[in-house]
Amino acid sequence: MGNVEQVVHSAGHHGPAKGLTRWLFTTNHKDIGTLYLLFSLTMFFVGGCMALTIRAELFQPGLQLIRPEFFNQMTTSHGLIMVFGAVMPAFVGLANWLIPIMIGAPDMALPRMNNWSFWILPFAFAMMLSTLLMEGGGPNFGWTFYAPLSTTYAPPSVTFFIFAVHMMGISSIMGAINVIATILNMRTPGMKLMDMPLFVWTWLITAFLLIAVMPVLAGVVTMMLMDIHFGTSFFDAAGGGDPVLFQHVFWFFGHPEVYIMILPAFGVVSEIIPTFARKRLFGYTSMVYATASIALLSFIVWAHHMFAVGMPLAGELFFMYTTMLIAVPTGVKIFNWVATMFRGSMTFETPMLFALAFVVLFTIGGFSGLMLSIAPADFQYHDTYFVVAHFHYVLVPGSVFSIMAAAYYWLPKWTGNMYNETMGKLHFWLSFIGVNVTFFPMHFLGLAGMPRRIPDYALQFADFNMVATLGAFLFGLSQLLFVYNVVCCIRSGKKASNEVWEGSHGLEWTLSSPPPYHSFIEPPIFSHPYKDGHRGE
Amino acid sequence: MIRIDRVLLLTSVCYVPLVSAEWQVNLIEGATDISRSVYDLHMIIFYICVAIAVVVFGIMFWSIIWHRKSRGAKAAHFHESTWVEIIWTIIPVVILVSMAVPASTTLIQMYDKNNADLDIQITGYQWKWRYKYLNQDIDFFSSLTTPQEQINNQQAKSEHYLLEVDKPLVIPAGKKVRFLLTSNDVIHSWWVPALAVKKDAIPGFINESWTLVDEPGIYRGQCAELCGRDHGFMPIVVEVKSPADYQLWLAEQANLKVAEQQSAQRQMSQAELMAQGEQVYKARCAACHQPEGQGIPGVFPGLVGSKLMTGDAAEHINVVLFGRSGTAMQAFGEQLSVVDLASVITYERNAWGNQGGSVTVQQINALLKE
Amino acid sequence: MSHQTYYVPAQSRWPIFASIALFLMAYGAGALMNALSAKSDTALGLSLLIGGLLCMGLIMTGWFSHVIDESRRGLYSVQMDRSFRWGMSWFIFSEIMFFAAFFGALFYVRNLSVPWLGGEGEKGVANMLWQGFEASWPLMKTPDMAAYPGPSGVIDPLHLPLINTLLLLSSSVTVTLAHYRLKQNRRPQVVLWLALTIVLGSVFIVFQTMEYAEAYQTLGLTLQAGIYGATFFILTGFHGVHVTLGTLMLMVILLRVIRGHFSPDNHFGFEAVTWYWHFVDVVWLGLFLFVYLM
Ligand code: HEA
Ligand code: HEA
Ligand code: HEC
Ligand code: CUA
Ligand SMILES: [Cu+2]
Repeated sequence: MGNVEQVVHSAGHHGPAKGLTRWLFTTNHKDIGTLYLLFSLTMFFVGGCMALTIRAELFQPGLQLIRPEFFNQMTTSHGLIMVFGAVMPAFVGLANWLIPIMIGAPDMALPRMNNWSFWILPFAFAMMLSTLLMEGGGPNFGWTFYAPLSTTYAPPSVTFFIFAVHMMGISSIMGAINVIATILNMRTPGMKLMDMPLFVWTWLITAFLLIAVMPVLAGVVTMMLMDIHFGTSFFDAAGGGDPVLFQHVFWFFGHPEVYIMILPAFGVVSEIIPTFARKRLFGYTSMVYATASIALLSFIVWAHHMFAVGMPLAGELFFMYTTMLIAVPTGVKIFNWVATMFRGSMTFETPMLFALAFVVLFTIGGFSGLMLSIAPADFQYHDTYFVVAHFHYVLVPGSVFSIMAAAYYWLPKWTGNMYNETMGKLHFWLSFIGVNVTFFPMHFLGLAGMPRRIPDYALQFADFNMVATLGAFLFGLSQLLFVYNVVCCIRSGKKASNEVWEGSHGLEWTLSSPPPYHSFIEPPIFSHPYKDGHRGE
Repeated sequence: MIRIDRVLLLTSVCYVPLVSAEWQVNLIEGATDISRSVYDLHMIIFYICVAIAVVVFGIMFWSIIWHRKSRGAKAAHFHESTWVEIIWTIIPVVILVSMAVPASTTLIQMYDKNNADLDIQITGYQWKWRYKYLNQDIDFFSSLTTPQEQINNQQAKSEHYLLEVDKPLVIPAGKKVRFLLTSNDVIHSWWVPALAVKKDAIPGFINESWTLVDEPGIYRGQCAELCGRDHGFMPIVVEVKSPADYQLWLAEQANLKVAEQQSAQRQMSQAELMAQGEQVYKARCAACHQPEGQGIPGVFPGLVGSKLMTGDAAEHINVVLFGRSGTAMQAFGEQLSVVDLASVITYERNAWGNQGGSVTVQQINALLKE
Repeated sequence: MSHQTYYVPAQSRWPIFASIALFLMAYGAGALMNALSAKSDTALGLSLLIGGLLCMGLIMTGWFSHVIDESRRGLYSVQMDRSFRWGMSWFIFSEIMFFAAFFGALFYVRNLSVPWLGGEGEKGVANMLWQGFEASWPLMKTPDMAAYPGPSGVIDPLHLPLINTLLLLSSSVTVTLAHYRLKQNRRPQVVLWLALTIVLGSVFIVFQTMEYAEAYQTLGLTLQAGIYGATFFILTGFHGVHVTLGTLMLMVILLRVIRGHFSPDNHFGFEAVTWYWHFVDVVWLGLFLFVYLM
């Protein structure tokens, strides 16, 4: 620690330390990336088990397995864990692994802070999960924790929940600062911003969103804390405050948050589709601009989650129009991907299958989003399973599929071994079927009038709920295949070449598989993968 | 093979009407002009999305099928085109504008709450609704009647499982009814799909909404905002009556009031109080304090052996009548009749081994006046 | 770009220890607040919180001295310096957004919710529930005076707040002067201007405390005084915390200058603190305008 005998990096040949301390004290972007990814996988399973508990209770009408108060805790924790524990850390893990090797940097810009960002997370989640065991139970007010249910009427554990959210916020902000500093400052000489791979671009924009909105989340939970313990009246009309104020501030964070969970996914898909179409990404520039427009628009649409709170008409119209507009840049992205495939030379390895399913199913989720954005119609959809269907379509076959695609795509690079393709394909098809069987019927449930966040329902909803539960167990079980495949791939497997894929493009494929512990000790000579014609063209 | 396929296809086509009867897949058209325009809006947008999907996925699958390497496809070299980008920016904008126009019209209509014939204030409570007819002497609570036995699968579930209440909201057909929504504790949301009304009930504020139903009938809905433990058990039933029937109902309400006042004069024995108290407790208190009075630690206090149950009755009555502000414990003085109050308090003081003695209607009346 | 390679530090124990300390602090604070509200035993929460704070203090001191040490041994290239700059700028941006949430809340209640409660505007029917309540700002009479007794008066912006504004503004000038002198390598002057900045900052904090005392003791302006008090204290309170932190940071910098750290063309630590100080200053201008004056 205070040891003056620093190993100066320029020597560069020291490998990883041995044992547990390698992971505890590491400053290496790959180790930290691995930690993030493993953490995220664990949380995906924890959150998934909660989802299965929910689904099992909803298998039939009536209360069978759990009591309503526990059901609410499951719904809340499931949402929070999947969002903050599974999807976000997975993308940060990918960023850590990939950004340096995509831009030719030796490591992330601020390696020690990088490790700190990670190690805050296990503590934050330990604290959040521990609330489930406290008297009065854990958070039971939904992942959106609307006041006053989450303030005056909340169990005492809400205080720990608030501090856990603060910790996650600190972690995300530091992580995002690191990503921005790395991208802006560490590109290899010659790589201009408009030469960067799209994954790097989408992360640059995501990091900006994170830094802009995580502090707002911190602000809103701080106001909650004050209302709970210090007698303020931010969310209490009796003192001149307003419960709806909570929702405005929360969704000012919350809506950009959902794009934080999808923009890196766009980046991943934009890397994968050109590879397996063996054709250069169509419309690179417009992709960059579309991503930026989505991010900017995301700051002025937040109240589409609040159409039913009774905003004045002008507000309702404003948020309806701006929300609808987001379909335009998102459409541009979809069209560009399709144009990339058009007249390509396609093959369908597992990463490509996941990416294709992403394009189709995310679009379906986007369409239901568009329907939700129509304010008068949203009065019928709001807080029903139609919304649940919408966001699971964009999040599960959206974000989660893109993470799976990324894992398969870069696993050979990370481990040096090929994964088992047959098993990968099997995993894909089971997941694809499982996801649709689980979440498609939820559209019907919602339209037929089933509210969300209920442990028991009227009889007319019984059939589709049964189907959805079966699908959820199928989808959940098939994830075990993924884990098995990854473990096998780490341990052994056919050796992967440096390029791995026939159509691969970008600096990361010029490194060995697996890459050396310190990636680019000397900045590599950058040449545009297409302009210099050594790949693809 | 082909035959089997055809047979399957045919049977499945025949099955469709059957299926859609049981397995409702779409929004209902509803019972008001507004709900029908919402339905139309929903269908238009749905079809537009389907059309776009057909085109986009069509091209995508075309490429997947024809431009695959295994068919010997060679990759083309094009990778950008400004005018294509412009076209596929402009077309969606045009489509969106064509959606926004009918959407705005419907929304503006929904916000026009002028010229109502009847005003009803709806207040959400954890976990029931209160309907107060402004300018009329009608004010009642409406809560779930589905018995716990059905919920806990000890009894067959009835037809309107979880969608049935003791006293529905009654409104006249053909009249514009304005709702003033608010809440007593947390945020609830009053939703009846057939009326296409969903509005949050926010404590301390009032949201306005309205409906005009043409046909008498019974329409069911549910609370649509997570409001705590029994959010799923907070249904709404609206009974729309013809104007004549509505007048009859009004008269009936006045009679009921008188009857209630009379019953409050009568002396009741401890046994009578206990019996009635048990009913009231099961219906109104058990959701929080639990059927056996044990409560839920950390959230709802248990009532077994509590000092309050055996000590001074006045304090006990006070809590029940006026609640504890800022907690889930509501002021039941405004919700229950004096007889119910006396009996439920007596019940609490003498059930589950508590020994607190009985409480009379007179005691309640005295404290209520204060 | 330079040929100097980018410095990637070897393994470090600071991050994991800092995470543990943060956890202790958070858990302790949570336990303490719950105990206070439930009027139960505060010992556990308090000791965890204090323990966590102490650990965090030690760790941060160690971590920063480590970084300073590396910097002074010339391990950092120009590129590293740029990383630090980006890092600090985006950190300040995140702080701005933190305050933005509270300013947003202030604008919302002033322009929307309080008028609605008072019967004005599109949602004025709400006044039905609060008969007799009239909207005003500063909000002296809250809708429910029993639950949230409104203040009897508010702070006069032209007394202490005005002086405080002048103090902070001049401290921005002095810190800039210190920076200029550092660039000219005139150390005694740097020390002088820095010390003056610290004095100005400290006087600000003292005045702010006096103002709070007045608010609580004579004006009835408290956290519980309704939304005016709530927004007033959350904004000025968090600002005050930032001034305190900034002053502490300036003190560290002063010490380092006295010890002979920083050179005229390499003094990022110094600059970072001046940026932070200017940020705190700008936030105050917003506060003075929207919380006190208007
Ligand atoms: C990854 C996360 C993600 C993403 C990407 C989106 C994307 C979108 N979302 Fe979604 N949303 C959520 C996650 C996400 N959402 C979550 C978690 C919630 C619920 C939160 C909660 O309450 O718990 C939610 C809720 C939610 C609501 C509130 C519903 C309610 O509670 O009543 C609304 C309403 O407007 C909405 C709209 C949209 C829109 C318009 C998009 C658009 O970005 C979609 C754009 C995409 C397309 C439209 C498809 C592709 C486009 C084309 C092919 C071009 C041509 C198309 C046309 C011209 C139509 N979302
Ligand atoms: C990225 C985010 C994300 C992801 C990935 C998921 C994944 C899943 N979600 Fe969730 N969900 C949310 C985000 C997410 N969800 C949010 C934000 C909410 C709103 C919360 C709120 O209302 O506040 C929500 C709410 C929500 C509900 C509504 C609850 C309610 O309103 O009461 C339901 C109900 O079916 C559900 C189901 C599922 C299922 C079945 C999965 C599946 O995809 C999960 C699959 C994963 C596994 C199953 C785990 C892995 C496998 C194993 C552990 C092996 C063992 C398996 C077996 C033995 C079968 N989710
Ligand atoms: C929505 C939930 C809810 C319902 C329904 C409810 N209570 Fe309560 N009750 C509470 C809560 C929460 C408290 C604790 C209040 C506090 O923190 O002081 C409480 C406290 C009490 C107390 C005081 C207990 C003590 O020891 O301090 C009594 C007596 C009581 N309730 C009686 C009743 C009766 C009688 C009914 C039904 C007519 C009822 N409650 C219905 C939530 C409820
Ligand atoms: Cu009331 Cu949900
Ligand atoms: Cu949104």
